[in-house]
Amino acid sequence: MELRKTYFADERKDDLHEIGQPRPRSDALGHVTGKTAFFADRSFPGMLHLKMVRSPHHHARIRSIDTSAAQKHPGVVRILTAKDVPHNLYTILILIQVGPEDEHVLAEDKVRWKGEAVVAVLAETERAAQEAAAKVEVDYEVLDPVLSIDAALAPGAPIVNEHHGRNYYLYDSGEARKVRFGDVEAGFAAADHILEQSYASAPIEHAPTETTGCIVVPEGSGRFTCYTNTQAMFFTLDNTSIILQMPGQQLHMVGGTVGGGFGGKVDVIVEPIAILGAKLTGRPVSFVYSREEEMQISSPRAAEKLVIKDGVMKDGRIVARHVKAYIDAGAYSRHSPYGAQKSAAHFPGPYTIPNVWVDSHCVYTNRTPSSAMRGFGVTIGDFALEVQMDKLARLIGMDPLEFRFVNAYRDGDMKAHRQPTEGAALVECMQEAARAANWPIDERFMAMSSRTREGL
Amino acid sequence: MALTVRTFPDTGAAAAALAAAGSRYLGGGTLVVRQANEGDLSFSTFVRSTDPALKAIAVEDGRVRLGAGVTMAAIAAHPALAFLAPAAKAVGGPAIRNMATVGGNLFAPSPYGDLATALLALDATVTVGGAAVPIDLFLAGRERHAAEIVEAVAFAVPAAGAFRFRKASRVKPKGAAVVTVAALVATEGGTVTAARIALGAMADRPVRAEAAEAALIGRPLTAEGIAEALAAAGDGLDPPTDAIASGWYRRAVLPVHLGRLLAG
Amino acid sequence: MAKVPVQFTLNGSEKAEFVESGATLLDVLRDKIGDTSPKAGCRQGTCGSCSVIVDGELRLSCLTLAETCEGASIVTTAGLAEGGVLHPLQRAFMDAFATQCGFCTPGMIMAAKALLDRNPDPSRDEVVEAIAGNICRCTGYEPIIEAVLSAARSNSISAA
Ligand SMILES: Cc1cc2nc3c(=O)[nH]c(=O)nc-3n(C[C@H](O)[C@H](O)[C@H](O)COP(=O)(O)OP(=O)(O)OC[C@H]3O[C@@H](n4cnc5c(N)ncnc54)[C@H](O)[C@@H]3O)c2cc1C
Repeated sequence: MELRKTYFADERKDDLHEIGQPRPRSDALGHVTGKTAFFADRSFPGMLHLKMVRSPHHHARIRSIDTSAAQKHPGVVRILTAKDVPHNLYTILILIQVGPEDEHVLAEDKVRWKGEAVVAVLAETERAAQEAAAKVEVDYEVLDPVLSIDAALAPGAPIVNEHHGRNYYLYDSGEARKVRFGDVEAGFAAADHILEQSYASAPIEHAPTETTGCIVVPEGSGRFTCYTNTQAMFFTLDNTSIILQMPGQQLHMVGGTVGGGFGGKVDVIVEPIAILGAKLTGRPVSFVYSREEEMQISSPRAAEKLVIKDGVMKDGRIVARHVKAYIDAGAYSRHSPYGAQKSAAHFPGPYTIPNVWVDSHCVYTNRTPSSAMRGFGVTIGDFALEVQMDKLARLIGMDPLEFRFVNAYRDGDMKAHRQPTEGAALVECMQEAARAANWPIDERFMAMSSRTREGL
Repeated sequence: MALTVRTFPDTGAAAAALAAAGSRYLGGGTLVVRQANEGDLSFSTFVRSTDPALKAIAVEDGRVRLGAGVTMAAIAAHPALAFLAPAAKAVGGPAIRNMATVGGNLFAPSPYGDLATALLALDATVTVGGAAVPIDLFLAGRERHAAEIVEAVAFAVPAAGAFRFRKASRVKPKGAAVVTVAALVATEGGTVTAARIALGAMADRPVRAEAAEAALIGRPLTAEGIAEALAAAGDGLDPPTDAIASGWYRRAVLPVHLGRLLAG
Repeated sequence: MAKVPVQFTLNGSEKAEFVESGATLLDVLRDKIGDTSPKAGCRQGTCGSCSVIVDGELRLSCLTLAETCEGASIVTTAGLAEGGVLHPLQRAFMDAFATQCGFCTPGMIMAAKALLDRNPDPSRDEVVEAIAGNICRCTGYEPIIEAVLSAARSNSISAA
């Protein structure tokens, strides 16, 4: 690795001691000796195993739930249904006032995605829990499912989630998060070329090697210690406190060691129900996703559909960008209203465009709820934007890297969402990339800087 | 019902125990233990035989006999079985190969069954429930043999260069099959006199490509000579769609891989 | 529930346990004996996090029933360091930044050890093949391959 110190040399005292030096990871010794304690590396006497009865349908009304046979199964200690959960209707982002509460911890009247949690079985062994779970009888009236963004927004589409009566999230700005900057129609009118393209992505699973889970131990003090691999300790603490109507000091979350997360472990899913189980039985409870659950039940990156329309001049300047974005939240909000909002702010990309119009929608479908994953809300947008940039460059016959120099943001430029650009380094990164890749670009681009608009 | 393991020193006693409802024979366990771990409640008893004959490999008088408990790793390491090593090495990663057995591979659902595909091309005989059954018949009716124990498979050592094996997968260096092709081809004076072609992952179990076999007879193994066989390779097949590939894709690439096997 | 006796050696010390019939070696090692270095990532044999060495062979402890290990000699990553001195593979994994979240690490080290025990001087392709059944999702395969090769080099230096 080489540290290029010539860039921005005057902004930095050249006395870096750590950056550029390899330093051993503080956790490596535990990892290579197998001593690092992941949440599941604990077992407690009398620990119960929790298995979830899940919806086999994408969309159905629950007529009735019969747990009597399961209750009698040998080894079963307790069965939990919606009525056992003190505050069964929740939404994670209520902590930052992003409502409405729209998701049940355990399903009540309806199931809205295939895999939704309906009944929790607590038993002495995993096998007994599985066997009892197979004996829970749920009578469903199957409803028409909505399985794509287009189907959700079609006139007369079935309503996925009654808390979002039009199958999209209602922001204070209306049906979408909106960015309005300059006059996009005037920009198109002045443009030499206009290019409109659609981009779409499928959900993506994080597939961490360690599956989602937790182990809960009721303590003598009346507290519950929850060993968890959540990536969102305080979200989990506060949401659990709301769901279980239990003061926070009774909940002791222990974590920080995660066997791969990538954003897939930020939902508050296993902890509340496992803590409830420990409370109602007085015994330690383990709730660990099987590999199949990890792949099918844990939330993926959202599917997205993006329609990008750009106006470009022959000299390479993008003069107008119009984006319609649709983020598939699945059946419940989780973090998606925030992801869609983030995408709206991001859409101009790292480029300065004088006229920008963005509508970003958070759409509900009968699919697995999506949530965070590495740059959610922006990663798929970046894929689409950069493909679009290549297409635009080709359209006007310009080198794709030089085209990006023309449009790259510079310090002081106003971004479409009204944040002034500061600390930009895109120009320098591209210069270095051009050198490293032996990509020939005109000298005038190699002389440019992120600090000024000189040379443009 | 909680799981139990019943271990017998001889295969006959194990076979008797296997007749009890809810029993499954335990080979290397790579499929059947996995099923138990995933919550398959259709069985609660594992039956196993520790008879050393199940682990024996014999190569004598031009014939090979593999005990059903022989692992992929043991085949791959055996000096007289070099022709079969590519098929054994095609199964899973190193740990799987140390566990996966011949017997289990005969029952492995698609897209698994790479070794079984090779054995089908080799015209093996399966010893099951004390009887010797041709592998075509065995595979076609393998559900009927589920409560019996496979003891061994046997086949003739192929002439040098006559046996060919190839597996296409999407993950390198290991991964389940998009399609597996195996062939035993005899030639005289540059033309094919006899051919057995077996396909894996093209149906729910390994199957023969009989139309392709017939189309090879009397032809040379050249691009033109095999063209008709390639065109007929997927005849009558409705390949499965799974996480690895769609049925459409499997049909589309089968001739490519069979072509590389025969003339590549 | 039927309990059956099982005896084997684990990292050189004798173990005798009554286990539930049908229990996997993984669960017995982790829950009965308290060696949590093998990890349960999938219980399907696909991730390799549970890899251990049984009688010199790499195995998936999630698909191995404990009862089939009667009399066996089992090695896990927890038993590799001797008298506080790390095994060359452990050192190399640390030095080459071949661990991130650490969940796949014990299984990777077992797969690498099974290779080096048989083939002290492997090629890069042989290393890739040896860890083909082990998944790293932080995608540190390159540093892992480098660590195994460098452990092989340091081994041959110390043997010389
Ligand atoms: C991660 C992974 C990767 C894999 N990759 C491959 C691959 O690339 N190619 C491939 O072909 N397979 C693959 N497999 C599948 C499997 O490992 C092999 O097919 C293996 O040969 C099965 O043998 P086993 O001894 O483990 O079977 P087991 O799991 O022991 O048994 C499988 C079935 O066969 C029955 N059975 C086993 N032996 C006998 C016998 N002697 N008599 C009667 N019935 C018997 C069992 O009752 C059971 O129903 C993979 C599996 C895993 C977990």
